[in-house]
Amino acid sequence: MIDKRVGCAASAVADIRDGATIMIGGFGEAGSPIELIHALVDAGPRHLTVISNNTGSGRVGLAALIANGQVRKMICSYPRSANSMVFPELHRRGEIALELVPQGTLAERIRCGGAGIPAFYTATAVGTILAQGKESRRFDDAEYVMERGLRADFSLVKADRADRYGNLVYRCTARNFGPIMCTAADTTIVQVRELVPPGAIDPEVVVTPGVFVDRVVVVPHPQQESVLVKEGRRYP
Amino acid sequence: MNGWTREEMARRLAADIPDGAYVNLGIGMPELVVQFVPRDREFVFQTENGLLGMGPAPPAGSEDPELINAGKKAVSAIPGAAYFHHADSFTMIRGGHIDVCVLGAMQVSARGDLANWSTGEADAIPAVGGAMDLVAGVKRILVITEHTTKSGEPKIVTECTYPLTGRGVVDAIYTNLAVLDVTSKGLCVRELAPGVTHEEVQAKTGAPLLTPTPENAR
Repeated sequence: MIDKRVGCAASAVADIRDGATIMIGGFGEAGSPIELIHALVDAGPRHLTVISNNTGSGRVGLAALIANGQVRKMICSYPRSANSMVFPELHRRGEIALELVPQGTLAERIRCGGAGIPAFYTATAVGTILAQGKESRRFDDAEYVMERGLRADFSLVKADRADRYGNLVYRCTARNFGPIMCTAADTTIVQVRELVPPGAIDPEVVVTPGVFVDRVVVVPHPQQESVLVKEGRRYP
Repeated sequence: MNGWTREEMARRLAADIPDGAYVNLGIGMPELVVQFVPRDREFVFQTENGLLGMGPAPPAGSEDPELINAGKKAVSAIPGAAYFHHADSFTMIRGGHIDVCVLGAMQVSARGDLANWSTGEADAIPAVGGAMDLVAGVKRILVITEHTTKSGEPKIVTECTYPLTGRGVVDAIYTNLAVLDVTSKGLCVRELAPGVTHEEVQAKTGAPLLTPTPENAR
């Protein structure tokens, strides 16, 4: 019988080793799998490459993983925001690398990684410093830059509901990078608010079909990053 | 010299967006445009973090941390809204399905080059977000900006000195002093704010300005 449920966040991330590449869902705090990230802080693998749109805020979630010295390199589109100080500090000290990618190119690189497409051409960033050193080509009288598909060893994603097959639905704008990241990792680990019986999610509204998901952890009352930041909390 | 307030600039810009347009608003001053949709028109606002049909901020106390805009502020979803993932969102943007994008600017050149993401300083943490995708893919790019920097330097220049977001991408510029069109011949003054003269605008602009004539028409 297929049953992708895993008992707890700690066991779900236990096989993530030093040097792994990890996609982490979320746009700001919306969709950020904070309990899975904290389990990764506890597990302690180092020299990680993390692909995520932002770099976290305060000293919790992704910012805590970075502050804990576990991340060697970030691949993201927007590494600073209102309450983000951990990444900027470490980056200025030369302790963490940054690959800056336009947001749509980041999304398309992940989508292609998941779809078995090694590279593609886009008009985004043509004529800017983010296209420097990249192969370019003309199609139909316009210039395009080549970008590579992205894959990861693991994806950590937050969704709203799942069944034991790993079919997922998300909530509002917390969906963001989740569905594409689920497709682009060797092992996809998802935390959900609720597990429902097979059939309870209408097949017409399944957003991520279960084939893209390997492990499901139920976190009924996920913490909100902005609340923890406001309270001045830090993890661990 | 009078000129337009920020709200008047947003109202003036909104008046140029046609009924039925799909519109993406950048972070900051562009967000004001949502307040000035003309009464006889309907715009559908797209926010690149996955919502088509973005509505106004909810009342204090009923914000939902999972319902936000690209600036990570709480918003609402109108009846008829749709949520989607990032690849679909940027298919809308890069695939030419969004009609209008309103962006802020650090500099705009006479040829429509835009710089709005980085000062290029060595210790700055660069952050590009979706700006380069928007200028590459949205049909019409409108810039809303103060005409000069806080210290009075021109923001509209012959050549941008900051790192570019895109080359030749801007269609029109809405400032506190004027509305300018980017044409094949250069920048053309389409409209002056109340109490502002062509000479005053030229004095605060780092590139030659054309006056609207049939030859300078877009």
